[in-house]
Amino acid sequence: MSHVVSSAAKTGADRKIALLDATAGVLAKHMPAIAAAVGLVVLWQFVVWAFKIPTFMAPSPVDVAYAFQQNAGILWTNMLPTILEAFLGFVFGNLVAILLAIWFVHSSTAEKAFYPIAVFIKAIPIIALAPILVLIFGNGLAPKIIIAGLICFFPTLVNMVQGLKSASPAMLDLMRVLSASNTEILWKVRLPSSMPFLFAALKIAATSSVMGAIVAEWIGSSFGLGALIIEATYNFRSPLLYATVVIAAVLAVVLFFIVSVVEARMIRWKPAGSH
Amino acid sequence: MSGAAKLMPSVPLTEPAATAVSIRNLSVRFGDRNNEFTALSDVSVDIPEGAFVTMLGPSGCGKSTLLRCVADLVHISDGSISVFGQSPQQAREGRDFAFVFQDATLLPWRNVLDNVRLPLEVGKHAQTGNHADPHELLAMVGLKGRENALPHELSGGMRQRVAIARALITRPRILLMDEPFGALDEITRDRLNEELLRVWQETGTTILFVTHSIPEAAFLGQNVLMLQAHPGRVKEFMKVDLPFPRSLAVRDTVEFIGVTAHLRRLLEECL
Repeated sequence: MSHVVSSAAKTGADRKIALLDATAGVLAKHMPAIAAAVGLVVLWQFVVWAFKIPTFMAPSPVDVAYAFQQNAGILWTNMLPTILEAFLGFVFGNLVAILLAIWFVHSSTAEKAFYPIAVFIKAIPIIALAPILVLIFGNGLAPKIIIAGLICFFPTLVNMVQGLKSASPAMLDLMRVLSASNTEILWKVRLPSSMPFLFAALKIAATSSVMGAIVAEWIGSSFGLGALIIEATYNFRSPLLYATVVIAAVLAVVLFFIVSVVEARMIRWKPAGSH
Repeated sequence: MSGAAKLMPSVPLTEPAATAVSIRNLSVRFGDRNNEFTALSDVSVDIPEGAFVTMLGPSGCGKSTLLRCVADLVHISDGSISVFGQSPQQAREGRDFAFVFQDATLLPWRNVLDNVRLPLEVGKHAQTGNHADPHELLAMVGLKGRENALPHELSGGMRQRVAIARALITRPRILLMDEPFGALDEITRDRLNEELLRVWQETGTTILFVTHSIPEAAFLGQNVLMLQAHPGRVKEFMKVDLPFPRSLAVRDTVEFIGVTAHLRRLLEECL
C-alpha cells in the first residue's frame, strides 16, 4: 500500500518537474524575443528620462504602468463592449463570408454577380463607412459590430472560395465514381480541404476585428476602447492613452492566439504527397 | 492473407467467361467544332469477366480516356460501352466498378481506416450490407496495424495500397486502374505488381490496368490491349502466353523477354 502511495507521489513530483522543464523550454525558446522586448522598454524609459520628454507628449513605461493601476476600472468597463463588438463582428462577418463562398462555389452565376460587389464594398475606406452606419443604426453596438464584421468579411471570402476550390480534380473524380451528391462532396471533401485556407483568413480577421470595433467607436461613441482613446487624447491623458492602446493590442493578440490553438487542434493533417 | 479468399465469389475457370466490358465503335472527341480533337476513334473490344487486361500505348493514344469512358468520367461522342449489360452510368450508380488513380487521392484529414470506409459513406448505395471488411482488406494489402495512421505518415507505396483497399471495399466486379504505380520507385512498383496479381487471384475481380511500362503490362496482363495515337485506336489485342501464378522471376525467362520484345516492336510501329 505504502509502495503505491509513494509511487503516486513520485509521479506527481515527476509531473511537476516535467511541467517546470516544459516552461523552462518555452522560455528558452522565446528568450531572444523576451530579451528584445524588455530591452526596448528599458530603452524607451531611458530616452524619456534622458531627454526630459514631457509626459503628455510621450509617457515613460513607468507612467503607463501607473496609469493601468489608476484607471483599472475605466479600462475594464470600456474593454468589455469592445470585446463583445469584436467577437460578434468576427462571428457574423466570417459566417456570412463562409456561406457566400459556399454559394459562389456551387453557382458561377452567383459568383459573377456578387464578387464584384464584394470587392467594391472592400474598396470603401472603413473610416468613411463608419459615419454612414452610425447615421443608420444609431450610437449603440450595432454599427460597431457591422464594421468589425465587414473588416473580417473580405479576407475570409477570398480565402474560403480558394479553399473550397482547392480539392484536387482527382479527388472530385473519385467522388463522382462513388456517385456522391454535391452535399456529400461539400462535407466530405470541399469543406475539410478548405480548412487551412479558412484559418489563414481567420487569423487575419481575429486582429482586424478588434481594429474595426475601435475605429467604429471613434465616431460619436461614449463607450469602448475607441472612445477612451479619443477622450484620453483630447484631455492629454497620455499615460491612459498608452495603456488603452496596450490593452487593444493584447486583445488582438489573445484573439489571434485562440484561433491558432483551435487551428492546431483541428488540422493535424498535411496535404497529400507531403511528408 | 488467405482469409481474403472469401471476399469475392471466384469464377470457376471451366465456365465460359461472360463479357464484363463490351466496347463498340467508341469515339471520343474533345473541344468545339472549330478546334476539335479526336481522342479515340472507332474502338471495339470485349473484356471477359475475371480477366486482367493491361492497356499500353504511346502517350496521347487515349488509354486513360478509354478507361475514364468506362468509368463514366468522360462523355462518349459515338458508339457504346456496356458494363455487364448496363450503361457506364448505371454501372457507376450500381457500384459495379471501382477506380484507382495514379495519385492515391486519399483524403489527407482521414486516417487509413476511414479512407478505406469512404465509399460506404457516400453515394446512393451507402450503408449496404454487402461490403468487405475494411480490417480484412487492410490486412490483405499488408497494412494491418496502420489503421490510425494519417496519409502523410505513409510512404507513396503504402498510400497506393490504401487506395486499392478502398477500391475493393464495395466488392466491385471491375477494377479500373489508371497508372496506379506510375509515380512509385521501381522496387515498390515490383512488389505491388506481385501483390496486385495475388489480390486479383484471390478476389476474381476483372481488372483493366493502364500503364506505360512494357514490363508491367506484360507481367500483369493476361491480355495486353495496345493502342496507337492520332487518333487513338486499337493496334492489337494480344494474349500474354505466360502461366499463372506469376512471380517476379518470370521476368527473367526467355518467354517473358519474347513478349516484351514483341510489345516494344508494336510500340515502335505506333510512332
